[in-house]
Amino acid sequence: MREANPDIELDATDRRLIVATQGGLPRVSRPYDALAGELNITAGEVLQRLQRMLDRGVIRRIGAVPNHYAIGYTANGMSVWDVDDKHIDRLGIEVGALEFVTHCYRRPRRLPDWPYNLFAMVHSQNREEVAARVAEIAVLLGDACRAHDILYSTAILKKTGLRIAG
Amino acid sequence: MTESASGTASGGTLDEIDRKLINALQGDFPLVPEPYRQVAATLGLGEEELLRRLDALLERRVLTRFGPMFQIERAGGAFVLAAMRVPEAEFERVAAQVNAFPEVAHNYRREHALNMWFVLATATPQGIAETTAAIEAATGLPVFAFPKEREYFVEMKLRA
Repeated sequence: MREANPDIELDATDRRLIVATQGGLPRVSRPYDALAGELNITAGEVLQRLQRMLDRGVIRRIGAVPNHYAIGYTANGMSVWDVDDKHIDRLGIEVGALEFVTHCYRRPRRLPDWPYNLFAMVHSQNREEVAARVAEIAVLLGDACRAHDILYSTAILKKTGLRIAG
Repeated sequence: MTESASGTASGGTLDEIDRKLINALQGDFPLVPEPYRQVAATLGLGEEELLRRLDALLERRVLTRFGPMFQIERAGGAFVLAAMRVPEAEFERVAAQVNAFPEVAHNYRREHALNMWFVLATATPQGIAETTAAIEAATGLPVFAFPKEREYFVEMKLRA
């Protein structure tokens, strides 16, 4: 679990490196050399700065983001739960540890419209499987949970990843 | 761009090598001078074939991106999940208005009274409130913001 750490300072070159890579890594034999040329620094410095941002959690990982529909995960259910505040942190950690949960967060309720404070994303091949997995979460939460729902996605309207202004 | 949840044209044509590639490329991309050559070698492929297939997977949007995934809060920015209750008759118009904001990183239609869910990413924490207000002004609809209070787990790796 990673909490925000306000101590991390990024300098102007780190920010230029973020802007240069947030659309993706160059797909050439020597991608870090290509970035170095663009930023007018050495390839060694590019590697060092990327490693430091990885170490500090500014970069979660370097890799590919699949379109989950395209690789067969056609059911995407955002399960949402109204969990007793006294127990949510202990239970949130347990729900997050389930192998089929890809994201798990505590978020504020918006009463009266929205009573749910725990969000756990479940991706699967079909809705029956998502529902079965959500039922497992319900068992784990037990009496600490007052209500829940599953919000299935029916279309990706946009998916570009994060962008910050250069 | 709207992709149907019931099927994208691209998904059915992945071969075994594409699937191995997608699984191998989801994290830990090496920080070495020739990283593609190194990953290709572990899969028994040539570097050129790996790059050609990676380009094709991105082109077909089987992969939505390839590169560093930033945790924007750690770079001084902010990241918030938000939702709107959009009347069905106005859904396309509102989707276009919301998607036009560069701060909207992804946006999903979901089956619920709150039927549009999107993620806002801004370079500063105050950017979230500004963007939320701008979206409300553009669409004429209220935006419910759900900031992360605590993260219990994030590991978006899926086996192809």
